[in-house]
Formats: sequence, C-alpha cells, structure tokens
Amino acid sequence: MATEKPAARLELVNERMLQFGGKWQYASAPESTEPVKLEKKYNLFINGKFVAPKSGRYYPTINPATEETLAEVADASDTDVDLAVRSARQAYEKYWRKLKPSERAKYIFRIARMIQERARELSILETMNGGKPIRMSRDDDIPLAAAHFFYYAGWADKLEYAFPGRNPQSLGVAGQIIPWNFPLLMAAWKIAPALACGNTVVLKPSETTPLTALELARIVQDADLPPGVVNIVTGFGATGAAIVNHPNVNKVAFTGSTEVGKIIQRAVAGTGKKLTLELGGKSANIIFNDAAIDQAVEGIINGIFYNQGHVCCAGSRLFVQEGVAEKVIRKLNDRIQTLRVGDPLDKNTDVGAINSKMQLDKITELVKAGKDEGCVPHQTRCTLPKKGFWFAPTVFTNVAMSNRIAQEEIFGPVLSVLTFRTPEEAVEKANNTPYGLAAGVWSDKGAKLFKIANKLRAGVVWGNTYNQFDPTSPFGGYKESGFGREGGVQGLLPYLSLE
Amino acid sequence: MKDIGTVDQVNIEARVAMLCKRSIKNQAKIAGLKMAISMMDLTTLEGKDSAGKVLAMCNKAMHPLESDPSIPSVAAVCVYPNMVPVAKKALKGSSVKVASVATAFPSGLAPLPIKLDEVKRVVEMGADEVDMVINRGDFLAGRYDDVANEIAQVKTACGNAHLKVILETGELETFDNVRLASFIAMQAGADFIKTSTGKAAVNATLPVTLVMLEAIRDYYYATGKRIGMKPAGGIRTAKQALQYLVLVNETLGDAWLSPDMFRFGASTLLNDVLMQLEKQRTGAYQAGDYFTKD
Repeated sequence: MATEKPAARLELVNERMLQFGGKWQYASAPESTEPVKLEKKYNLFINGKFVAPKSGRYYPTINPATEETLAEVADASDTDVDLAVRSARQAYEKYWRKLKPSERAKYIFRIARMIQERARELSILETMNGGKPIRMSRDDDIPLAAAHFFYYAGWADKLEYAFPGRNPQSLGVAGQIIPWNFPLLMAAWKIAPALACGNTVVLKPSETTPLTALELARIVQDADLPPGVVNIVTGFGATGAAIVNHPNVNKVAFTGSTEVGKIIQRAVAGTGKKLTLELGGKSANIIFNDAAIDQAVEGIINGIFYNQGHVCCAGSRLFVQEGVAEKVIRKLNDRIQTLRVGDPLDKNTDVGAINSKMQLDKITELVKAGKDEGCVPHQTRCTLPKKGFWFAPTVFTNVAMSNRIAQEEIFGPVLSVLTFRTPEEAVEKANNTPYGLAAGVWSDKGAKLFKIANKLRAGVVWGNTYNQFDPTSPFGGYKESGFGREGGVQGLLPYLSLE
Repeated sequence: MKDIGTVDQVNIEARVAMLCKRSIKNQAKIAGLKMAISMMDLTTLEGKDSAGKVLAMCNKAMHPLESDPSIPSVAAVCVYPNMVPVAKKALKGSSVKVASVATAFPSGLAPLPIKLDEVKRVVEMGADEVDMVINRGDFLAGRYDDVANEIAQVKTACGNAHLKVILETGELETFDNVRLASFIAMQAGADFIKTSTGKAAVNATLPVTLVMLEAIRDYYYATGKRIGMKPAGGIRTAKQALQYLVLVNETLGDAWLSPDMFRFGASTLLNDVLMQLEKQRTGAYQAGDYFTKD
C-alpha cells in the first residue's frame, strides 16, 4: 500500500465550493442553420459585380467549431486588387464625390435597413464562419453593425457642422483591412464612415471569416449603390499588402495585430496615404476594495471571456486590491464553472470555438509558458468537443508583471490576476504595458473612478462596466495599440481632409 | 461579517437580463417545471380565507394533477395562523409542510410580546415553518440592532420550526438596503430569507432575488451555513418560475436546487406550470377549465 496522501490544505476552502450543473442541465437549444443559403464558391466583389479572380485561386473557408468546409472563397492577387482599386477610383471620380451628401446618406441608410432585415441570417452565418456564440452575433455584432450604418448615414450631409469653420473634403479611395473577431461589425466600422465622408472603398475581410463581408457585398448590390463604390476582395496577407501598397489608394485603415500594423506603417511612410491603425491590447481591469464585488466579478468575466477573449480590448490583466483579492479569486473560480463552453449555435453557449488552428496554437503556447513560469491556472471543468478548435476558459493566479502571460496579448480566454495595494500602484501597473487600448475601473466611489480614469493611458476607460460599444462613442488606442479613432464624430476625421 | 459591501444596480439588472436569455427547452423544461412545483409554497392569505378554501388548497398541494402521478406534491402550504390546524389536519401523513405567517403580518407593526406569542401559538398549533416580517419602520430609521434582536427572539420562539424572514423588499427600495437586510436576517438566525408579503405594491422581482442570492452566497463563503431563499408575490407564470430557477442554478448551484433551500411563494403559479407540463406531454395547450381552481 502506498502511504496515505496528506490532505491538501486547499480542501478546507473546497468545503465551501459551490457545485454547478449536476442537478439541472439545460437541453441543447441550437439555432437552425436553415436561413443560411451557402454557395459553393464565392467570387470577388468588384465594380458592383461578383467576378472570378484573375488569379484563378480559391481557398476553403471552414466552420471552426466543426472544421467542416463551408465554401470556397476567391484568393485575390495583385491584379485583382488593382482592378478593385481602379473601379473604386472610377466610382469616386465619376459618381460618389459628386453626389449630393443627402443622397449618399440615403444609400447608407438603405444598407443599414437591409442588414436589419437580414439580421437572423447574418448572425447565424457569422457564428458558423467565426465560431462565436449565436447569442453574441444575434444580440451584439449584427445590431451594432446596422447601428453604425445608421449613425454615419446621419453624418453624411452634416460634415461641416461636425467641424465648424473647416472645409471637410473626402480623400478618395480607402483601402481597409479588417480582422476575424467581429467580421461584419468591423466591416461596418470601416465602410460606414468612409462612405459618409464621400470616399469609395476596397475592403479585405480576414481570410478565416470572409462570408458575412461577402453577404454585405450582396446587400450593397441590392441597395443599388453605384458600381465600384464598395469593393470587397478576399484573400490572405498578400492581398492586404497589395491594397496597402497600391499607389491609387489614398487612405489605409487597418484593424489587427500590432505586428502587421508595424509593417503597414512602414509601407505607408512617405507615401502621403492617410493611416489609422487599431491594433492589439493588454487591457487592465482594476478592482478596488470598495467595488460592488459580485458585479465587478461579472464584469471581469465579460471583459475576458466575451467572444472567447478574441477582443482587442479584452480585459486580460486583472488588478485586484489586496484587501479583496482572496474574495475575488474565489468568486472567479466559482463563476468560471458556470460558463457554458461548446456549440456556438446553441443559444445557451457562453464561450464558443477558437477562431482558427493558428490562434489555438498561439493560446496553447502562451498558457504553457504561464504554467512553466509558475503561474497557477484555474480552468472551467468542461468536456471540449472533439472536432474543432477549443480552449477552456482559464484564470491564472500567482502572476507577476514580468510573466509573459501578463505582458503579451493572448487574444484568447485567458485572464492573469495580479494584485495592488494603493491607487497609485494600480495606475502605475495598469499603464506599464506597450499597449493602451482600454481599461476598466471598479469602485463604488464616483470621485475615485474619475480620478483614476484620467490617469490611465488607454483609449477607452470604462467605469463599473466593460465592453460597452455604441456608434456614437469613439474607440481607439494609445502607444502600440494604434492611433486614430473609430466611432463618434472623431470617427469621421480619418476619412476627411480639413484643409 | 462587518463589511458586507455594496450592490451595483445597473449590473445586477444586466446580469438578470442576460440570464433571462437562457433557452429552457424539452427535458430541461419538464424537469424545471416539476422542480418548481416541488418548491412551491402554495399560498392563500386573504381576509376571506375559510376552512373550506384551505382544505381545497391542501388537496391540490398533495396532488396537483390527479391524472399524472409523476407530478410531485408542493413543498408547503402557507396560511394565516387561524388556518394552521385546518391545514395540519388536511395534510396529515403527506410530505407537505404547513407554513404560517406570523408577527403581525403583513405590517409587523405590533408590540414584540404579541408577535412572539403569535409565533409560539402557531408552532403549538402545528406550523412546521414560520414566515415572519421584519420591522421595516425600524430598518428604514436605521435601528438595525432592533431589527436583528427581534428576528433573534422570533427564532427562539420558533423552537424547531423553520424560520423564513420576509424583508418586504418593495418597501426597502434600494438593492443596498436589500443586501443589508439580508445579512441582518441571516446573522440573526433566519433559515430562509424571503422577498415579500405579497401585499406591497412591488413584490418579488428577479433583480431583487439575485441580490439576495448573492448575499446568501457571501454568507455561505464566510460561515459555511446554507441559507434558503423564497421569492414571493407576483410570480404567476411557468416562464417566470424557470427564470428564477436559472438564477439559482447559475448563482448558488446544485445545493440550492432543492425544496429545502429554495421556495416559490405563490397562489396562482401552480396552474400555469401544470398547463405547461400538460402542453409538453400532449403537444397542445388545454383550456384553463381543465385545471381545478381551488
């Protein structure tokens, strides 16, 4: 007989652990995929028409929750991009810049209305192609995408009121490259202000999530926009590079990784192209002793596990004041056990599939680094599906500022918990990062909240909430999180010259 | 526990809104509805209550749907003190408990000796559970010690009977008040904390229930003691009942999904739950007249 194991000291705490999911399980409640009519092959949307790529190349796009191929999508070459930019240039010179602003607004309103009309289909497609829970695509992504078009439609004929005494003029052709975490919403963030300001667009969706952007192309077609005003080209990094480097592009807007952002900035330097970059983040959530703790914990969970942590402003670093650290960690531990991980089409799913194999590998590698460096992981106890890309929600304790998981953007469902003693220390630690996209402050004291918020070097600071988005509110970063703002009046600036 | 912290209203409401999006279908719905019945305190608290009315309700409590033996009996009946002997006799030999309101229900504004005497008498008459009201006047005037002392004395007067403490949350108004009153009640000896008398303008709501469930959770973390929860008043539909159960399921978990730890105080909820269960069984809704009104 082996010697009896000494009782672990942790068991004392475990005595008061809550148990979840043993008594009453929710039956699966999957959204039907019936409204989505997939085509076998998707072509490029250039000059108002779907055209086969000159490259002749197509690549499969999959459902990351099942690894099933959904469709074949065109891979645009330099020649294809050149055609798209030409058509955008022609549309700009021929119609769009000359159109009465109130007429431009009508087209943009029409797009917004058509997104609303097709909301169900679009949200299911978004979930199938990207792996995000249907609750989020249904309640957040698609309604917000429509809201962005509505909002900027309203600005189209009021630009001189947005910038009184200046003379706002459109720039020309905007080349826009968007990521895979909020595919249709990011397309809306890019296209809506560009069109409202009188520019025409060449947009490239991410290679892993092209399908809703291609549906948006169809909406653009159905909305009768003049051909070439919006062009959508699918492909990989090379396609994006062709857009960025095209001499006839006047404006480049990119949302994605800091690594690629740096390459783009180098490429654009000295060309006269206007540039906005919305890049990575390692955003801090700060909980003070006097916060409403349960609601703060809920906000932390939302901040890091929303959309599997595939959010550039995810609150991936949690700073807890020492007086409540033990309490907060215990609550986080219990709370992650109620996260429902699995089929993104199930209406009860909280955490869906990781977007791609590549992203899963990156998360896995960083979590391993966290463990190797002595950080202690706490994970949701759940059975992950065999097919597809999955990662159990993870909370790391015993984390130091110097650990990789506290410094590098993971872009996955992984939270690092750190502690602080005084407000000054909290601000210093929260700002001690190359990034500066967002932050959250949790305190019951209003005055403290505003004081801390003003000291944080982050584009967005949320008070007693997190991940709140609205078209009227500007979003963007400091430092390596990029520059330029999207949303609000400020979101018009990147698409105008005020000379 | 001296520092009980605060509650953020906006985020409580947001959390409830999110939990109300849970889609409860098929087996989960049937299991949830049957669980809801087993957790019900079938209630009649009217001035016109008579023995006849209480007898009829007791029958329904034991056999909610005669035609379907898979449907459990309810947890308890809840009546005024004078009706306790009637209910006790009617429920003899069954698992259904008798709960009585006491302590000058619903206002609680009577001298303490009278309230304690009332509690002793309902227990003598056979009440298994006592639903008391806190003195809201004292609470709102900041005399928290008086509120606590009163609860503690009522607890002693209860003897072995279970004590449910009604906070009358509709009159406390703020979530911070509800949280504080919850802690006062739990620390003073409540076995259950309960939202409402059913007699105020605002009775049980999902957000107020979440606030109380979170207080129960914090008390459990701090002391290891499990306190029960009873929302009461205004819960009329099967859909609402399932929403309450979702709150319990995702806040306190398995240990609270039991009639020992969670109750619904309701007078008209049962028939709607039965109607939904029959719908699940037969695939069609039946008219209200096919369910007895007792």
